Amino acid sequence: MAGGGAGLTVGTGPAPSLKRGAVGEAGEGAPELAGGGDSSGEAVVLQLLLYGLLLSSMGEEEGLRQTQLLDTMFVRGLKRKCFDGEEDIEGTLAGIKAIPSYNLQRQSLLDMSLVKLQLCHMLVEPNLCRSVLIANTVRQIQEEMTQDGTWQMIHTQSTGQASLDRLVSTDILCRSSREQAEGKHVSGYSAFNKDFEGDQAQDSSETMSTASSVQAPRNLQSNVWEMENPQENKGNFQKSLDQIFETLENKSPNSVEDLFSEVDNSYYDLDTMLTGMMSNTKMGHCDGLETFSSPTATASNSNFKSDLNELDHIVEILVES
Amino acid sequence: MKCFSRYLPYIFRPPSAILSSSCHAEADIISTVEFNHTGELLATGDKGGRVVIFQREQESKNQPHRRGEYNVYSTFQSHEPEFDYLKSLEIEEKINKIRWLPQQNAAYFLLSTNDKTVKLWKVSERDKRPEGYNLKDEDGRLRDPSMITMLRVPVLRPMDLMVEATPRRVFANAHTYHINSISVNSDYETYMSADDLRINLWNFEITNQSFNIVDIKPANMEELTEVITAAEFHPHHCNTFVYSSSKGTIRLCDMRTSALCDRHAKFFEEPEDPSNRSFFSEIISSISDVKFSHSGRYIMTRDYLTVKVWDLNMENRPIETYQVHDYLRSKLCSLYENDCIFDKFECVWNGSDSVIMTGSYNNFFRMFDRNTKRDVTLEASRENSKPRAILKPRKVCVGGKRRKDEISVDSLDFSKKILHTAWHPSENIIAVAATNNLYIFQDKVN
Repeated sequence: MAGGGAGLTVGTGPAPSLKRGAVGEAGEGAPELAGGGDSSGEAVVLQLLLYGLLLSSMGEEEGLRQTQLLDTMFVRGLKRKCFDGEEDIEGTLAGIKAIPSYNLQRQSLLDMSLVKLQLCHMLVEPNLCRSVLIANTVRQIQEEMTQDGTWQMIHTQSTGQASLDRLVSTDILCRSSREQAEGKHVSGYSAFNKDFEGDQAQDSSETMSTASSVQAPRNLQSNVWEMENPQENKGNFQKSLDQIFETLENKSPNSVEDLFSEVDNSYYDLDTMLTGMMSNTKMGHCDGLETFSSPTATASNSNFKSDLNELDHIVEILVES
Repeated sequence: MKCFSRYLPYIFRPPSAILSSSCHAEADIISTVEFNHTGELLATGDKGGRVVIFQREQESKNQPHRRGEYNVYSTFQSHEPEFDYLKSLEIEEKINKIRWLPQQNAAYFLLSTNDKTVKLWKVSERDKRPEGYNLKDEDGRLRDPSMITMLRVPVLRPMDLMVEATPRRVFANAHTYHINSISVNSDYETYMSADDLRINLWNFEITNQSFNIVDIKPANMEELTEVITAAEFHPHHCNTFVYSSSKGTIRLCDMRTSALCDRHAKFFEEPEDPSNRSFFSEIISSISDVKFSHSGRYIMTRDYLTVKVWDLNMENRPIETYQVHDYLRSKLCSLYENDCIFDKFECVWNGSDSVIMTGSYNNFFRMFDRNTKRDVTLEASRENSKPRAILKPRKVCVGGKRRKDEISVDSLDFSKKILHTAWHPSENIIAVAATNNLYIFQDKVN
């Protein structure tokens, strides 16, 4: 997997270094790698699998280029050209062509974050602060991708040029609705948070108690959210994540792993939100986790039906097609 | 700017460790460093649950140049690894924090905590022992009663100094999440322990109860977006404390207002710079440490790239901001990838609140003089320091041309991080923990 070796190690390598060539070297032993260093065989397999899938969906060469550009991109502070209302469309197009990988790089960051959240499961006791920060990053990316309208675009990324065209058209749509919602952009993120959970409350009966007001001029976003029934979308998975999510259907409810473990009733709450999409993933590929004793079934059964609904919903959001 | 010399290279190396140049025992990694209130004692805690206390030698007129070396005074196992059977998770024995109590009698008291349990340890000296028991001989065996013909009363005789540590209190089962801070109140009767979502107030005498004074756990854990990262009592006002969050905010609370201090009295947050916004903005704004100044007028916070000093009377922005390693700003994605972006650096004040210090990577640590606005980067390493030598300032070069003695950003070793440092309460003596080594530097003696 040549593409994967370019520099996308996730915490299980030797001494962290910013040198590109450092990957895979047996450098100074540094057992304490700040949390993500659990190098169980299953973890490594899972990472390679995910990155292999990611890169194969992007095309290997392009994947290589993307990871090398990651740092450069984020230096710019991720100025999102399509949200800069002052730039004209042509300038935006030029911007997109100059950084054609923006969305792909953002996708890489999203995937990296999701892998990190999974790794939290594998640690002895997850670091709650780290998990919350990663989860917030994931939310932020999801929110931006939703506002971009690129949720719909994910499945066409592998087609290269065609995806660029569709990106452009989405961008125009996005800009028009963005101009309508311009006044709300600043608070978009925090508002989004509530909206996201508000939508979930509509979909699943038991979980969210607070449903904040939904932003009105969210034409594009509301289309994205309500486009398909979660149940209908069950079968439509992105090709690159297909294998992972297949295991979703096969596992029994009682083996759901808990991210923010605690004893009381909220045992599964954050788990469903942040890791429901991935919880069955790691079970499929990490047999070592079977040794974790599953929590008592009593608390799980009542919540699990709603969890499953949310699970589908979250999967749909991630893998929108 | 004071010059620091490497007066004595104390290498903290317990006998069980096998140290070579490229690997070290993980249990020896120092996880906390703290001077006591007089500076006479220096305590370190490590990942293996051990506490090692160093004591400063008394200065002697005969050897004036050996000014107060620190020698090992006591070593004990504070916490053992445990297993939470309910959750099937291990509880690490790593010592997260040590805090000293002010000395009230001949014994020393300190609090040490791991993720779940706080313990109060008494460290006392014994230099006499009773000899001449009536009913048992020197080995402790009972004497044959028929052999006892006289009454013998034990007498205290001097013995070699023995330092013993005994656990006096164990404060357990009060935290669902990982304890990140403990802080002794200025009333010396209570202390607080903070985990990711809650802060509890304890009385030293009572181990089976604690008051919950802050609870930010949402009713629905799915709504969790912010955790508590550090907490500390005000040095003089026993009703005031602050706690920091993963979103870069600090809340000051007054315990007199209500039993549950969910409503803050003051809220410190700096508005975000929109030009610097990125997906990593929130992560790097997460505060890893908060410390009151000795005067109680200021608080200092450490986030990933900066140290900020806040005036308690001004909530909308800090009064000073110091860049610790801004050259990392362009590397945030790589640092996110290798998890270094989640490293929790601590920060300390000097005794007069004029200089602040914090650690960085490559075994570098930084000092900022608040008055002269000068700063220095120093390195804690065996190779670069000779005994009695003055520490040479280091420099990281960002651009293309690297001068001699400078180190480029890409050559930094991110596995060598200085997370824990301590400053003597009144003198210019600093303790720097570099992975499993402890360095003690003193001000140059003229």
